[in-house]
This record gives sequence, C-alpha cells and structure tokens, in this order.
Amino acid sequence: MITNEYPDIEFRQFLDIHGNLLQALPEHLDNRDQLLDIYQVLVTTRLFDEIAVNLQRTGMLGTYAQSMGQEAIGTAIGKEMLANDVFIPYYRDVATQIQRGVLLEEILLYWGGDERGSCFSQQAKDFPLCVPIATQFCHAIGVAFALKQQSQGSVAVVTGGDGATSKGDFYEALNIAGAMSLPCLFVINNNQWAISVPIQQQTASKTIAHKAYAAGITAIQIDGNDPIAMLVGVKQALQQIRQTGKPFFIEAISYRICNHTTADDASRYMQQSLLDEAIQKEPLLRYKKFLEQQYQWNEKDDKKLYKKCQQKVDRAVNKYKNTKPQDSAEFFDYMYQDLPNDLAEQKQDFLEGLKRHE
Amino acid sequence: MNELTMIEAINLALRNQMRADSSVFIFGEDVGANGGVFRATEGLQNEFGKHRVFDTPLAESAIIGMSIGMASQALKPIAEIQFMGFIYPAVDQILNHAARLRNRTRGRLSCPLVVRVPFGGGIHAPEHHSESTESIFAHIPGLRVVIPSSPARAYGLLIAAIQDPDPVIFLEPKRIYRDGKQAIEDDGAPLPLDTCFVLREGIDISLISWGAMIKETLEAAALLAKRGIDVEVIDLATIKPLDITSIIDSVKKTGRCIIVHEAAKTCGLGAEISALLAEKSITSLLAPIQRVTGYDTVMPMFKNEQSYMPSAQRIIQAAIKAMEYQ
Repeated sequence: MITNEYPDIEFRQFLDIHGNLLQALPEHLDNRDQLLDIYQVLVTTRLFDEIAVNLQRTGMLGTYAQSMGQEAIGTAIGKEMLANDVFIPYYRDVATQIQRGVLLEEILLYWGGDERGSCFSQQAKDFPLCVPIATQFCHAIGVAFALKQQSQGSVAVVTGGDGATSKGDFYEALNIAGAMSLPCLFVINNNQWAISVPIQQQTASKTIAHKAYAAGITAIQIDGNDPIAMLVGVKQALQQIRQTGKPFFIEAISYRICNHTTADDASRYMQQSLLDEAIQKEPLLRYKKFLEQQYQWNEKDDKKLYKKCQQKVDRAVNKYKNTKPQDSAEFFDYMYQDLPNDLAEQKQDFLEGLKRHE
Repeated sequence: MNELTMIEAINLALRNQMRADSSVFIFGEDVGANGGVFRATEGLQNEFGKHRVFDTPLAESAIIGMSIGMASQALKPIAEIQFMGFIYPAVDQILNHAARLRNRTRGRLSCPLVVRVPFGGGIHAPEHHSESTESIFAHIPGLRVVIPSSPARAYGLLIAAIQDPDPVIFLEPKRIYRDGKQAIEDDGAPLPLDTCFVLREGIDISLISWGAMIKETLEAAALLAKRGIDVEVIDLATIKPLDITSIIDSVKKTGRCIIVHEAAKTCGLGAEISALLAEKSITSLLAPIQRVTGYDTVMPMFKNEQSYMPSAQRIIQAAIKAMEYQ
C-alpha cells in the first residue's frame, strides 16, 4: 500500500482555557495598558454583536453575521496590521475593522441595508466585507501585487472561514500567491462550521493549514480563542512577510458559539454538548482569567470596562438610528463614474414614477 | 502610418498605453514570452519587462479576482482570458465584484480593469473555442462591453477601454484578427465608448451588427446595392451601454431593421434592440424587425460551424423579405 506522510503543522498556544500562561509572555506584550486595550476591542466586539442581534430581532437591522466566540482573531489582526497594509475581510471581522477606522455605525448601516456602510469615512483602501464565499482571496492577491509595486513592506491581509477553503478561488489565490511570491497574509477562521456542515465533512485534509503547505506557503495553526497566541502569531507572520515578501498562512482554530447569521438556528444541527464544551474555551472568558491572574484584574474593573465599551456601542447605535436615509435614486449614481445615457433615462423614469405617486 | 491587421492594432494599442501609463499591467495565460496564443501581446514583455507583462498560473477566476484587487488600489490591469469559452469560472468575479465595487462602496473604491477575450467562431478551433456569449455580459449592470470590427476601431476602442474608469469587457472577434489591414496612426486617440459607428449610409434597410459579423453584413450590403436595395450598416461597437439613439435615427430613415449576430437567438442582443425599437420607435417601422443570428443550439464543432454562422446569403434573404413586406 502506498501512503503519504505529511509534515506536522505547528500549533501555537499561550493561554490554556483557564487563562494560565503556558509559556512566557513576550516582552512587547507585557504591558498592562496595552493588554487592557486589547481587552477593550474584544469586549466592544462582543457587545456590538449582542446589540446587532437585538436590533435585528426588533426589526431595526437586516440579517447579521455574528462573530461571537471568534473575537480574538480579528482583534489580533487589527492590532498588528499597519496603516499602509490593506485589509480584505470576509464577514466576521468587526474586531479588525473597528481598529482600522471603520465606524461601528457604518457596520450597522451595512447590515441595515445601506450601501453607505461600505463607504468608510475613515478608511480609504480596505475592502468592504465579502459575501460570495472565497472570492476575496483573489482580490487579496491583486492588492498584494499592487502593494508590492507601490509600497514595499506593506501587506494585504485577507480572512475567510473554514467553508471557504473548499472553494476554487481559495486554492487559485493560494497557488498564485505562492507562485508569484506576493505579500499576502491569509487568516482562516476555522470556527468548525460552514452554516450547518462541520469541518469533518468539509475536508479530509489533516488540517486546513496543510492546504497552504501544498501551495508552498508557510503555514501555522493558532488557538484562535487565545488572544495572546493570536497577537504573537499575527505579528510574526506580518514581520516575516515584510522581510521576505512571501505569503504566510494562519489557520486560527475557534468555534462558532452562535448561529451562522440571525437567519440561522444552529440548534437544528449543532449538539448542545459541543456548544457547552466550546463555550468553556471561548476567548473573552479566558482573557479575563488571564488578566485576573497576571494583572490583579477584578470584577469591579471588569464592570467599568464593560460599561465604557457599552457606551461606545450605544453611541454608535444612536448615530445609526439617526442617519438620514439615502436619496432613493442614489442607487443609479455609482454604477459608472459617469451615468450612461441609457441608465440616465431609467433614472428619469424612476424619478417621474416617484412624482406620480406623490 | 502602418498598415496593420486587427491583432497588430491591438498590440499597438496595448504598447501605446503601456508607454503612456506606468500603472498599466498586462497578464494572463501565455501572454509573456509566448506573446499570447494569438500574439496580441507579442514583444510586450521584452519591451516592458516581466514585472509589467507576465504569465499567471492557469486560473481564470483568480486572474479576474486579482485584477479587481489591483484596480482597487489604483493600478490599471489588462487581463487576457485566452478564449471566451474559459471565462465562465471568472463570471462570479466579474458579476459579483468587478461590476459592483464602485456601487457597493459608493465610489470609495472602483474597478477600472480591462478583460480582453477572443471570441466567436469560424477559425476551425476545437470544441469550446468558438462561442459568442456577449449578451451574458451585456446583461450585467456596471460593465462596459466593447467589440471592435476593424483594425482601426480595435485600436481606438481598446485605447478608450484602457482609459475608462470602469470595468470593460473587450471582446475580440478572432475570425477577423488577420482579415485585412488598415492604416493606423499610433496617436493614442481613443474612440468613443458610447456611440455606434455608421459604416455605410443607406435609405432602405438598417442592418445592425457588430464584431466579425460586420464582414458578412457589409458583403450583403454590397450585393443588395446591385439589386437596387440601399442599406445602412451600423456597427454597435459598444454593446453595453447601448447607443439606441443612433439605431432609432437610422430606422426612422429606413423604416426597416435587421439585426445580425453570431450568438444564439434567444436573449441575444438582437432581442434587446428589437424591444427598444418596439418601445421607442414602432411607428417608424414599415416591416417587422428580423434577426439573422446563430441558432439556439450548441455551436457545432468546426466541420459544421459554417452551417451555424449567419451568412451574407441569409442576410440578403432577410433584406428581400423586408422589402417585399406589405
């Protein structure tokens, strides 16, 4: 019988599920203010998620894709990227986006069905989030190509879910990034589920990281529920890309302790016992324990921080609710730089139709 | 001024824009050392280097997806898809992203890319190498779809496509890549992407066509002239957005309209033109609109491809029918 032996992929962890340090904290992270700053992003993302779901349930938002339980991944990416890098997200990336200048009220606008939510007022180059699965990986290699020409040392950072790694665009992008040596960081949020299909049914690959190995790209696995391991891993990956110009791949292992979106009911397919187990490992709980053990963090501090984050989220919700609707004919105006005659005629028809209804 | 074939004119336009604008990049399968399977990019890698003219791995979706990423960051990508029959994996990227990026971001990001694609039948190519599916792309909001029918128009329209701020699908009728030469001055002058071209004026029938079918259409027009039927020939050139005004002006004059295209009949662009004429100018018609097109069949393999393709004879028959209609 012929068999293949594949190399083991390195698995990174700093905190166990009880928040104990498994190895020494890197010097650059041993800074209480900085660690609290990270905690703030984790908590803000969690609170934003909760409020977005509530807004959806009360009819004030459309379908929303949560990132509950996966906040450590986006927090680390946003923390470690530089301003000149470009972020190409999928759709569970609130934690990264808010650190890159995307406003919470813009994220609400987007999920509230308003295109202006992707017209980031404080962020010129990052991509809007990407609904068609895996297509974003191909954009990322194009961005990486452009950065290589324009801004040596900058990196295109792209995210996707485990389901996306079954698609052709994923393989095509990895293959080209490897073949053309493009400065691109791929981060897969392996949250174990593609809507209702578990990772065991998605692939027979030993790990998702092995898929990158096949494309000649350095790949590691990181405990995606471990904020410290994510921060260290993303930092190293970005440094290595800046130095070598070559792509890098991170499989971050997390768990989707929520529905796929607000339109989904995970209880139809996800066993309660699996969910209970995953909740024990989730990143916010773990990080809080770590802060308690290492930095004398207490309940009172925690409440204060939650309150501060909640206020930030509430302010964004207010801004969202007070945003004036866009002009109803605006959807004609951005199809082309200049409105072509045929479309101008259709816009005119639309406007006349409105008048007749008045 | 040099006398050039269409493929040489395309090469010249690419060269012109590569010289004029350092943000232009050309890539695709076999476009580098090989100069493209039809030689459209011949010599360009030598002149501009491997970083600006390069071969990609064989992956159509990623070629277009990558173009989108590049275009979003102020580069000007010109991607070649080797044959139209292989563009379909990339339709996801074209439809879901290239055509939408400006709108999705309310103009914050845009997608000024060009996708060059040889298309159409008549060169005895293998299976999947001969289809004309331009109307699929014309149906997608946010795109421009441009099809030249002569060397000079290929030059000017391609320059315009490269300078356009939005995504352009540039479909090259490969049957006429080397069918005759025209004098072309390499002046970098673009042709308009929002008007048709009247190739021959006439008062009896408006023949509307584009791409390689212009050849049969002009042939038919010349033969019809001998029978005393004076036809006007209009080359759409830009099929999306469509310059219906010029078509209406012509039909108002002639009262008769025949649309000629190689693509399958149902939902082909002829249907759109007929509908627009019916909506906007039905009272100028003296005879029913006719469509002389390919059939709603798979494009036959090359032994029988001529049976599928509209001929000058079919156009002439339709013209006579239009003139005899009472």
